[in-house]
Amino acid sequence: MCDICGCAGGTDHFRVAGSVVQAETGKQIEVMQALLHGNDHQAAHNRAHFLAAGVEVVNLMSSPGAGKTSLLEATIRALHGRLTVAVIEGDLETENDANRIRAAGAQAVQITTGSACHLDANMIHAALHRIDLRPIDVLFIENVGNLVCPACFDLGQHRNVVLLSVTEGDDKPEKYPVMFRAADLMVVTKLDLLDAVGDFDPGKAKRHLRHLASVAPVLEVSARSGRGMDDWIDWLLRHAAVSAHA
Amino acid sequence: MRSQPHLTKPMHELAICQSVLRQVLAVAAERNAWHVGRITLQIGPLAGVEPSLVRQAFPLVAAGTPCEHAILEIEPLLVQVRCQLCAATSEVPPNRLLCGDCATWRVDLISGDELLLARVELLDAAEAGVNV
Repeated sequence: MCDICGCAGGTDHFRVAGSVVQAETGKQIEVMQALLHGNDHQAAHNRAHFLAAGVEVVNLMSSPGAGKTSLLEATIRALHGRLTVAVIEGDLETENDANRIRAAGAQAVQITTGSACHLDANMIHAALHRIDLRPIDVLFIENVGNLVCPACFDLGQHRNVVLLSVTEGDDKPEKYPVMFRAADLMVVTKLDLLDAVGDFDPGKAKRHLRHLASVAPVLEVSARSGRGMDDWIDWLLRHAAVSAHA
Repeated sequence: MRSQPHLTKPMHELAICQSVLRQVLAVAAERNAWHVGRITLQIGPLAGVEPSLVRQAFPLVAAGTPCEHAILEIEPLLVQVRCQLCAATSEVPPNRLLCGDCATWRVDLISGDELLLARVELLDAAEAGVNV
């Protein structure tokens, strides 16, 4: 049984197909149901928990090594005394990132997915049993580093933030349209390396994002130098305030 | 020699196939059907799911189930946008969602991100070639 909501529990019950409109024509049954119906159902359940707790939930996605954990470390320090942060860390193996988050001063729960290439809503639900959401203002979900699979799975988050580091190339949105279309905010990271890299044009990265018909704002940040961090913190404070009063 | 379908790395298409199987078996169970003849999916180019990998992975999850011999059909779909400014409808590539008439990116996606179980065809025992 689910401890936090008292629902009938486990995980499998969420996977049972719900009410489906079916019209029978001979033996062909018209179903027209979302293939990730089970995950979407669980994600809606997670979202209800977040809403009840007044927590803003941000799903961070990027390729491996784009700087998700470094951005979180700098964010936790910048928000110290203003907002209480917790992090669900997704990696194939190790507790390394969760340890970094704890060292920066926030609660962290590590999910090791083994060989799974993404987090899904059931994994998040299981992790929620290990977090007391009540004192939390912002819960970050650091997804598995991967620009493909995580885009398909709703976790119950309020917003998707997709990171693009300047070392990756400014055409990533053009190459991975599904992921970048999912972004509610795109953060260009490692801005301190811009001159060293030489051929990354933040304007071009933004144009590629617009070519996906995305209206998502774009921020340019260096977690190391602190450049652009104020804009990112402002964005978080604004959205956390909305979730707190929802 | 023909190579067997195999999965060389983790991929979310396997999770998608498990989801397909669960949903199809639920439809079959509701109707007391034991065999599934055909499963039709709709996967848009912007769904983030690769149809060829779904085809590879499906036999692995369907083995030993009433879907084991089902034909998996994946309907191809186009990416289409409608312009917010001039209302034109255009067919576009997945990474260039621009109006075909006025070239603005202020468009709405009207198709291309579908990820649906569209239809299921159930068989009775005789059709499935099973002796009862």
